[in-house]
Amino acid sequence: MSAVTHVPALAPERRSPRAQGSLAAWITTVDHKRIGVLYMVTAMAFFLLGGLEAFLIRLQLARPESTLVPASMFNQLFTMHGLTMIFLAIMPLSIGIINFIVPLQIGARDVAFPRLNAISYWLFLAGGLILNSSWLLGGAPNAGWFNYAPLSSGGLLNPGPDPRGIDFYALGLQVAGIGTVLGGINFIVTILKMRAPGMSPLRLPLFCWTALVTSVLIVFAFPPLTANLGLLMFDRLFHTGFFDPTRGGLVLLWQQLFWIFGHPEVYILVLPAFGIISEIIPVFAGKAIFGYTSMVFAVVAIAFLAFMVWTHHMFTTGQGPLVNSVFAASSMVIAVPTGVKIFNWLATMAGGRLRLRAPLLYAVGFLITFVIGGMSGVMLAVPPADYQYNDSYFVVAHIHYVLVGGSLFAILAGVHYWFPKFTGRLLDERLARWGFWLVFVGFNVTFFPMHFLGLFGMPRRVATYPPNLGFDTLNLISTFGVFPLAAGVVTVLYNMRRAARGGRRAGPDPWDGRTLEWAIPSPPPVYNFRAIPLVRGRDALWVEKVYGDGRPLPAPDDAEGGAHASGGGAGLAPSPGALHLPAPTPLPALLALGVALLAYGAIFSSLILALAGGLGALVCVVALMYDVDPGQAVDPEVEAA
Amino acid sequence: MSAGAVPGAGAGHAAERTGHRPDLGVEPAEQRSTPAERTRFGVWLWLASDSALFASLFATYLAVHGALGTGPGPRRLFDLPLTALATFVLLGSSLAMGFALDALGRGEMHPLRVWLGITAALGAVFVGLQAAEFHRYSRLGLTFARSDFASSFYTLVGFHGLHVTFGVIWLTSLLVFACRRERVDRADFWRFEAASLYWYFVDVVWVVLFSVVYLLGKAG
Repeated sequence: MSAVTHVPALAPERRSPRAQGSLAAWITTVDHKRIGVLYMVTAMAFFLLGGLEAFLIRLQLARPESTLVPASMFNQLFTMHGLTMIFLAIMPLSIGIINFIVPLQIGARDVAFPRLNAISYWLFLAGGLILNSSWLLGGAPNAGWFNYAPLSSGGLLNPGPDPRGIDFYALGLQVAGIGTVLGGINFIVTILKMRAPGMSPLRLPLFCWTALVTSVLIVFAFPPLTANLGLLMFDRLFHTGFFDPTRGGLVLLWQQLFWIFGHPEVYILVLPAFGIISEIIPVFAGKAIFGYTSMVFAVVAIAFLAFMVWTHHMFTTGQGPLVNSVFAASSMVIAVPTGVKIFNWLATMAGGRLRLRAPLLYAVGFLITFVIGGMSGVMLAVPPADYQYNDSYFVVAHIHYVLVGGSLFAILAGVHYWFPKFTGRLLDERLARWGFWLVFVGFNVTFFPMHFLGLFGMPRRVATYPPNLGFDTLNLISTFGVFPLAAGVVTVLYNMRRAARGGRRAGPDPWDGRTLEWAIPSPPPVYNFRAIPLVRGRDALWVEKVYGDGRPLPAPDDAEGGAHASGGGAGLAPSPGALHLPAPTPLPALLALGVALLAYGAIFSSLILALAGGLGALVCVVALMYDVDPGQAVDPEVEAA
Repeated sequence: MSAGAVPGAGAGHAAERTGHRPDLGVEPAEQRSTPAERTRFGVWLWLASDSALFASLFATYLAVHGALGTGPGPRRLFDLPLTALATFVLLGSSLAMGFALDALGRGEMHPLRVWLGITAALGAVFVGLQAAEFHRYSRLGLTFARSDFASSFYTLVGFHGLHVTFGVIWLTSLLVFACRRERVDRADFWRFEAASLYWYFVDVVWVVLFSVVYLLGKAG
């Protein structure tokens, strides 16, 4: 029996007193777990904001010829809703989970570059705040989340008083995007270079595989967006004509560069979700994942294909039948590796002893809605039919089935699954079930009718519609669905708050887990592992439960000791028994502040502000390069006492 | 509610023993890396990402550079001897960087400082030549927003110039670092190696840029 490992830890919570509490400690932290929490909490706040925007959109569309929200406000609402959910909610929620969980799953003490990790977070926060500050500084961006030029680039179609909103788009996304790329680099190095001894690539947990592949996508997909946003900024600030056809510019240049980024971005949003589902289903089915190797190959294949399909967003731009056919074929091919994954998940559940707890409920909900979203995706990949669906509510239904029913359901599954690890507390299962059913039913009532609305011809992004076109009832049903959906989200958040304050102690391994994060206390101590674990097989903890005494063996020759964790820092000799960890620093937050000032300087054409911010940021970069991390010695024995 | 309880954990574990038997061996711990190795790998990834950024700007240039509008074109503007001089200056700085690394490997501080200084100085000369070139073009009527050729040219070439400028600042900071020490520890070699990777990368981009923008511009 392995009961020993499952008794809730009787020892007091092993958290360093240094690491607790104060605001300054959070601002200066370089601990991947705290940064993960920062990402998740911030993203959740942005998620509520994006949800509020969606709520207003649905209220406006509930009845025909409604005048609740003026059209100009409606444009800002749907633009900011899309941007917020994609860039500031779903992606950072995934990154937050990756931050917290990946180093634990690979048996590391931190990420490869802890300070760079903090920089990534602060740039993301700065970008999100810049984007949202537009609401208070003259109006939000209003040209849709993909912001087509020349509508967005000024000049041709946008005469008259030029709103600043899109400047906030160009600069806010730029700042957040740089942070994301740095994070991607960090996780590639972490996963490839910091695995515990014995964790060969094909022993890597599938969540880590998806985190790795997502990071590769980030590193190569974001640069075209960076370039594109730069060109947009030049068109708007300096009146260049990159996207102005009257001057020889190309309207489609924006679309090409945007979707070369934009389609991989879809997989950046959904691959971590695949990873989360691949972790949860084996645990709650009591079986190893079916077809592990094919799962790995499927993820890599999806990432490869992700770069080969971007013009399927542009079927109706007149690129001709040859281009459309090639990209239709490559788009449909993606259904093959995705199908492999779906069947592997089903085969893992088949014959397993299912424990239908909240994480598995969300995982099953994910399977159902994601398959629906995938099928409407294949429908959209047929160019002749796409001429009919294009710019209709059918596309809105598809993207929400993929991003909410896919990414968000999986993220909720992951949050319910790892909440005990994040906080040391158990969520209330009854509330969790209520939350799931409200979200699941509310989601489908809201978005399923949109398929029909689209097929009946309702265009997307219209502020209102005339009555008696066949849109009235379906729109009303769709708006009604928002209420259970919102109630579900509130239930989930209430459950978390309640559990974080006084939930039952979770112990290290509440789910009978299979991977290394369940081998250490909940929440994990600041150093994660007292001794770097030895990995003796796939599902490293499970192997020890079956063949060993239920806990990982320490790796022989952990000679690097604490230096293992201190990326780039000088290896100070740790005192015997103590672990050497990177020290907190305010420089990452200051760097982001400088970059934010630079961005505001560009938005408001203030050279002084831009120079001050740019120089400040440069000083921070050089300081970070040469400020030798003094590190901090953490002695597990002292901590535990 | 049995939240947190583990139903039949032991039985489940035993049952799985009959299934796929994992290889309990430990493979060589090739993944144990030093901070320096991680940093070097991180720099490679950064440069890979940066290549995609340059690729996007090259694509933009190639797509719109034919739109001259009322502005002057490359044939009239480009002064190949001057640009060739700038090219040799930049390539020379790469050579100096190589000598600096060589001195670093042999632990000779004085040559290290001298070669680092030459590298940074040649980089600064390159930036100066480029500033003079841009100044001349603008006086000939090629302002930033004059035509799409102008905008895409200044964006691409200027973005590279920004890289060189940042590299000069980086190399100067390294020079200060090298001057303030008696010797450089092996643990600090990565600082120089990272900067050299970046510097060679910036040079290679220039070679492509010189061919695509200047040579084709003059020939086409």
